[in-house]
This record gives sequence, C-alpha cells and structure tokens, in this order.
Amino acid sequence: MAECSELIKELANKYGRERSSLLPILQGVVERQNFLSDTCMTDIAKELDLSAAQVFGTATFYSFLDTEPRGKFVIRVCKTITCDMHGKKTIIQTLEDMLKIKVGETTPNKKFTLLETNCLGWCHEGPAMLINEIPFSGLTTEKIHDIISDYITK
Amino acid sequence: MSDQSLKRVDLIFGEYSNVKYKILADTLARTNDAILKDILDSGLRGRGGAGFPTAMKWKYTAETTSEEKYVICNADEGEPGTFKDREILLRVPRKVFSGMAICGKVIGSKKGYMYLRGEYRFMLNDLNRELDIYHEHAKKLGFDFTIEIRLGSGAYICGEESALFESMEGGRGEPRNKPPYPTTSGFMKKPTVINNVETFVNVMMIMRLGPDQYKKLGTTDSRGSKVFSVSGDTPIPGIYELELGMPLDRFVDEFGDGDTKAVQVGGASGFCVPRKKFKDTVIGFEGVPTGGSMMIFNSSRSMYNVLHNYLEFFQEESCGQCTPCRVGCQQLLKGIVAVKKGEKKAAYLDQLMKLSESMKITAKCGLGQSVANSFSSIVNNFKEEMIY
Ligand SMILES: Cc1cc2nc3c(=O)[nH]c(=O)nc-3n(C[C@H](O)[C@H](O)[C@H](O)COP(=O)(O)O)c2cc1C
Ligand code: SF4
Ligand code: FES
Repeated sequence: MAECSELIKELANKYGRERSSLLPILQGVVERQNFLSDTCMTDIAKELDLSAAQVFGTATFYSFLDTEPRGKFVIRVCKTITCDMHGKKTIIQTLEDMLKIKVGETTPNKKFTLLETNCLGWCHEGPAMLINEIPFSGLTTEKIHDIISDYITK
Repeated sequence: MSDQSLKRVDLIFGEYSNVKYKILADTLARTNDAILKDILDSGLRGRGGAGFPTAMKWKYTAETTSEEKYVICNADEGEPGTFKDREILLRVPRKVFSGMAICGKVIGSKKGYMYLRGEYRFMLNDLNRELDIYHEHAKKLGFDFTIEIRLGSGAYICGEESALFESMEGGRGEPRNKPPYPTTSGFMKKPTVINNVETFVNVMMIMRLGPDQYKKLGTTDSRGSKVFSVSGDTPIPGIYELELGMPLDRFVDEFGDGDTKAVQVGGASGFCVPRKKFKDTVIGFEGVPTGGSMMIFNSSRSMYNVLHNYLEFFQEESCGQCTPCRVGCQQLLKGIVAVKKGEKKAAYLDQLMKLSESMKITAKCGLGQSVANSFSSIVNNFKEEMIY
C-alpha cells in the first residue's frame, strides 16, 4: 500500500521514532486503515529501525490492533458476566440478523465487522458495545436497530 | 448499629473549590517531607487492588537517585465489574492530574504519563483539553511537570504495572520478574511511581482535609472512602462512594434485589461470597479487599455460568508467557465443562482446585496467581451447581 508509507512517516513525525513510539503508531494506522497489513508492519519496522518480528510481536499481542482486514466500523460487544446476564446474546443475535454476518465476520461491503470483547467498563448499564471508539450501553433490540440504521447511512 | 451502617460519602466527586488547581498551588508551597508525612499519617493504601501503602511507594522512589523518574497513572481499568476510574476521569480529571503533579514534586520527577485503556479512547480528546488547562496552570505556578496520555489497545494484562511499562515501551504486555520493583526500575528502567486513578484523587483529599479528618473515614486497616462499582442483580447499579470496612450484609441490604445469592467482591480476580457468609464478611483490607468491583448475583443465576465466564476471561487475557497460567487457565475451563457434562467425576473438581492452588504459587504475575480466588470460592461454595 503506497499510502501506508506516507501515513507511517506522518505518524512517526508526530510520535517519534523510538521503540516507545511503536504503540501510538500502530494505533494510528489502525485508526486510519482499519487494520495492519503485513507490508504496513514491515514499513513501520523500517521506519523505526526495528526488526519486523518486533513489530509483528507487539501488534499481534493487542486485541484492538487488528492484523486482518476489518470493516470501516468495528463493533465490539461485551461478553463479560454482567453484560452476559443482561441479554448480550439477544444483542448479538440482533446484530447478526441486521448485518447478515456472524461474530468474527465483516460485511461484503467492508462497512461493518462484528466482534466480541471483554468488559468495557459499562457493567452498570449492560449490555454494552463499542463501535470504533464510541461506547453504547443499555442496549436493547430497538436501540440496536436505531444505532445500526444510523451507521448504515454513514 | 450506627457505626455498622453504610456511610455514603461525597468527597471524591465533590467540587471543593471554584479556583482551578487551588489545592495543587497550596500543596506545591509545602515541603516534600510534610506532604509525605500527611500521606503516611492518613494510612492511604493503593486503590488499584493490591493495597500497597502509597506513602512508602513514594518515599522509596524519592530516595532512589536518578536523573529521570516517572509518575504513571494506571487508568487501564479492565477488571470485570469495575468502571469507577472512568467516572472519576469524566467528572474530576483535575484531581487526578493534581495528584500526579504532587507525586512528581515529592519524588523529583518532571514527567508523568496516564495509561488509558483503549476502551476509553472516547474520553481522550476531553482529557487532552483538560491537560492543556493543567499545563497552563503549572506554567503559571512555575512548576515543571508535564503529563502525557498513552492509550492501551485492548489487553487486560497491561493493567499489571510491569506489563504496562512493557506496553508503553512498545512491546508485548508481558509482566516482568520482580524484583526489581518500579520504585527502582519501572518505565524505561527508571524509578517510577505507578498508582491507580483513585489513589491520586485520595492524595488530593488528604491534602485538602488533612490526615486526621481523612482518617475518620473507614477502619484502622482500611482508611478513607472508596468508590464502588455496583452491577449485576441490583435495582440501583452504578457508582457509590462508601466508607471502607463495611459489613457485606449491610451492603446487600442496600443494593441487593431481596434475593441475593452471592456477591463477587473484587471482580473476576476477587472472591465470591455466598449468602451464608454475608454477615461475617467485611469489605476492606482486613476482610475481602476490592478494587471497587461488586457484582451481585440473585438466585436465578447459575454460578457455573459465572465461573465459566470468568475462566474464559482469564484464558483469553492471560499473556501466555508462563506455563502454569497459560495451561492452567485452559485446563480449569476444560475441567469444569467436563464435570458438568458428566465426562469427569465430581471428585475431579478437587484436582482442579489443587491446580488452581499451584497456579497461585507458580504463576509469574497477579493474573495467574489470582485465578484461584474466584475458582475456589465459587467451587467450594456452589459445588452442586458445578456438578448438576
Ligand atoms: C492482571 C492485573 C491487572 C491489573 N489491572 C489494574 C488496573 O486496571 N488498574 C490499576 O490501577 N491497577 C491494576 N493492577 C494493579 C497494578 O499492578 C498496580 O498494583 C497498581 O496500579 C498500583 O496502584 P495503587 O498502589 O495505587 O493501587 C493490576 C494487576 C494485575 C495483576
Ligand atoms: S501469570 Fe499469566 S498473565 Fe501473568 S505472566 Fe504468567 S502467563 Fe502472563
Ligand atoms: S461486563 Fe460488560 S461492560 Fe463490564
């Protein structure tokens, strides 16, 4: 990806070229391109003068640093205990029906990816989910309909 | 009964001055010794879970000579059932920044970081705007201590302090061996104080009230108030600031739905307390400690499902670096499934219990070491539910 090396330069200028700049740079790429491609990670390694293995090792450790192609909107539904008790299964079912994908999949138009994640820190208002960085809590079937209908037009 | 009842407090979120950063300015005029003495006298213990005395941590770091030292605010809040740090950061971020700045003064550090979990990315812009205000005030006061926010990326283990340093240094979030402790070798191998969000706010409370008044809250072993995150089967879930040292039955009276079967104190890595033990259980460092997570279960809940959910959590969040934890979490999960399905005899649970006990001794960090807490407290108290 040609635009990847541009982006990496831009991020490295902003965050620096130290080893400790690696996470902010990886996060910046995911924010802009939805995932980290192999070429992109190799480019980051070159830019920061690290081995590719170091970059891959770090990237693959973190659940939010996706190394597979993701949709424009990544939905992460909390599956930890209080959300689970308060109807997470119905929320997942509703999302799967609306988006016509299963957990772990991306819609063919590359707009949505549906994933599960661990406690998001909204347990008192569960079930909860993130769409990219935006949290949604107190989810119901109706709420999901409204939220997703809105995102479909974005 | 009066001292047995729950005391609600409103100190942590309360506004106490219209003048921005007033307490910070007042405190910066004091000597380091006087500040440390107040914190020591207050009896403050860390609010991140482990409860290490804050004054000692600061003192050891202050006494280590180094050109560079760091102050880190641990805002990785990932323990299931905990959401108090988010609330603190949304409502009173200035108290957190002030507490970090005072720590910087006491230990002789010019640089602070906040490690904010990736799940809280939505707060970043607001927090950075607040930081601009802090930096303006610090400049006006002629005080050289800057703060920067770093984001996590969805890894519970990065809340463990040495894993957090590894993460900030650009690596995998794998805990280090201890010693050396952060007070001598933390971020970038430099002396570092790392405290929980709420701990820094407590420091500001002590600076404002003085240790004597602060000490009036709580019990001898658990001074002060604490922000509790209450969730599960409760009509009033949410954030509550309560005095430490309260008996669990009073808590259940107030927050339960009348049918409470068990309370998980301290999150997935904490302890499950069954109804029959509510009366004799004290919430605090002298009893069952908690980073604030209180999850309430009523009698409609299957404790097998609860334990299954926790074990899945640990299996996914284990960094995989050491065998007892990596393999242990998998085996515990597989084991309870097998017992439930009848593929293994009930006695197999005793073997699993032994496994969890050996994880406590042999695992490298607090994650693997604490799996036994929920495992044995749930299996011991709800054995029938594990089998049938
Ligand atoms: C697996 C694991 C996760 C942790 N997560 C957090 C966390 O999210 N926030 C936190 O403040 N401390 C967390 N801790 C505790 C920290 O390692 C450290 O003790 C704490 O930040 C010290 O701050 P305190 O003394 O103010 O409590 C965690 C520990 C372990 C073992
Ligand atoms: S105990 Fe678990 S989380 Fe901790 S170092 Fe070992 S494998 Fe990693
Ligand atoms: S359990 Fe879902 S947000 Fe905490």
